[in-house]
Amino acid sequence: MSDITNQSLTSLVNNIKNKKLSSEEVTQAFVDRSEKSKELNAYITEDFSNAINKAKKFDQNPNLDLKLPGIPMAVKDLFCTENIRTTAGSKILKNFIPTYESTVTQNIWNEGAILLGKLNCDEFAMGSSNETSFYGNVQNPIDNGLVPGGSSGGSAAAVSGRLTPITIGTDTGGSIRQPASFTGTVGLKPTYGSCSRYGIVAFASSLDQAGPMAQNVEDCALLQEVISTYDKKDSTSIDFKRNDHSKELTKNIKGKKIGIPKEYRVEGMPKEIEDLWQKGIQYAKECGAEIIDISLPNTTYALPTYYIVAPAEASSNLARYDGVKYGFRAKGENLIDMYEKTRSEGFGAEVQRRIMIGTYVLSSGYYDAYYLKAQKVRKLIKNDFDEAYKKVDAILTPSTPSSAFKIGEKKDDPVSMYLNDIFTVPVNLAGLPAISIPAGHDASGYPLGLQIIGKAFKEQEILNVAYAMEDKINFKNKITDWWIK
Amino acid sequence: MSIDLKTIKHISKLSRISLDEQKAEKLASDLNSIFEFIEKLNELNTDKVEPLTSVAETTLKFRSDEVKSENIREQIIKNSPENNEDFFVVPKVVE
Repeated sequence: MSDITNQSLTSLVNNIKNKKLSSEEVTQAFVDRSEKSKELNAYITEDFSNAINKAKKFDQNPNLDLKLPGIPMAVKDLFCTENIRTTAGSKILKNFIPTYESTVTQNIWNEGAILLGKLNCDEFAMGSSNETSFYGNVQNPIDNGLVPGGSSGGSAAAVSGRLTPITIGTDTGGSIRQPASFTGTVGLKPTYGSCSRYGIVAFASSLDQAGPMAQNVEDCALLQEVISTYDKKDSTSIDFKRNDHSKELTKNIKGKKIGIPKEYRVEGMPKEIEDLWQKGIQYAKECGAEIIDISLPNTTYALPTYYIVAPAEASSNLARYDGVKYGFRAKGENLIDMYEKTRSEGFGAEVQRRIMIGTYVLSSGYYDAYYLKAQKVRKLIKNDFDEAYKKVDAILTPSTPSSAFKIGEKKDDPVSMYLNDIFTVPVNLAGLPAISIPAGHDASGYPLGLQIIGKAFKEQEILNVAYAMEDKINFKNKITDWWIK
Repeated sequence: MSIDLKTIKHISKLSRISLDEQKAEKLASDLNSIFEFIEKLNELNTDKVEPLTSVAETTLKFRSDEVKSENIREQIIKNSPENNEDFFVVPKVVE
């Protein structure tokens, strides 16, 4: 591993600002490593030669006041990038070249970063293992044959394998935090309304949020500060005072009250997850935090609620893929036949499954029993958090109920796949921010993550808790570069 | 509750996704196990609960209704699988 690709984002930014490294040197190093890492299948679309040209251009007249000066960065292929193919991991968008840029990526380029390419993900972000991508599964850099998690699997693999200094993903039910946990990296899902959804291929609009994925908490804070802006182009974007996360970052969390929800001790949870959680509690105490037992009584209903709300929203969002305005079109005998064949051939099995669930729960005669019921339970789940936050500043839980599993292991059992998101889904339903940080290894040496959930708009609070705990945990990712021949 | 093949075919029609028999059977079995899992919600009495409509307790902002992008016809048509002059082309719908 070259010296450059080993560095954190913060250190690369400093080295470019102090003229110890040029953008071209940094970009070339990540391009070279990405070229040698095809086996991971982290990229769907590469833009390497453009990236190097942009880096050269940056070096000719570098603006070193920017937050990400000449920093190369690959992004999840769910963000529309102007004139660069955006597939959302789907066959149906195989040839889609956006004519506009998502707000979140625009914010990143405005601060001087350079696009390396588009990263693999589950089709329309529907999946927890990156196995639903039309462009093939992604290998976890931790071990051959292991899933990187999903849906931001390519993003997690690319950060963990050092193909990009940092990246962005999206999180609808855990799609940033679960892959971060599976790859020994840091992932933040911001408060709903913090990052604009404009130009992000929509999955479930009331749950989707973009967020940073990084090697460490400091890098994560810096990127969050860049991507979180109020945006008039997204009617659910919220105009609140945003923090200068990287400047305000502190390890002093003395006296902070951290809640431990008893309902997250789920049946059948492996002992190593329970042990990790106990270790986390110990670390938080050592940092000076006060530990308080809390109850989130409706936790067990979060996943069933999610599997009504998310498919319902997806079924209406994905109605736009009709083979007319953009994307793949199949031949049909008439208009209806063309629609039906286009969607049958263009969408993969998991996406079709979710469209069907969504259509069913919204269909005449079933709306009250399913969709309305789920929206009511969602209210109860949110109330649980509101109640807990009267007593605590943040909540500490495991990120996932297990470490990364083998490719193919859960592919044919949708419910067992869905159970992966048991600790992450409640956060999306309540619109809260949460961060996953690597905190230990299981018996096979695979990473395990802890999740810190915050109050709405209190990203700074959870970043601080994560920053303090990261120091105590002193996690070292075990990457052997097995995929580099 | 169980979702039969007839229901699957009805949903497939509503979803505009064509299905062959084999796919329909697989979907029926998948959806049944998913709905079995979803039925857990019926344990909860929610008669007096207001449904959640938005997690962000803010009201939507008003904005003036102005044209922001003009003359983007070419951009709009650019990604269509088939077009002719300024129009999207679809299979014949009128005899």
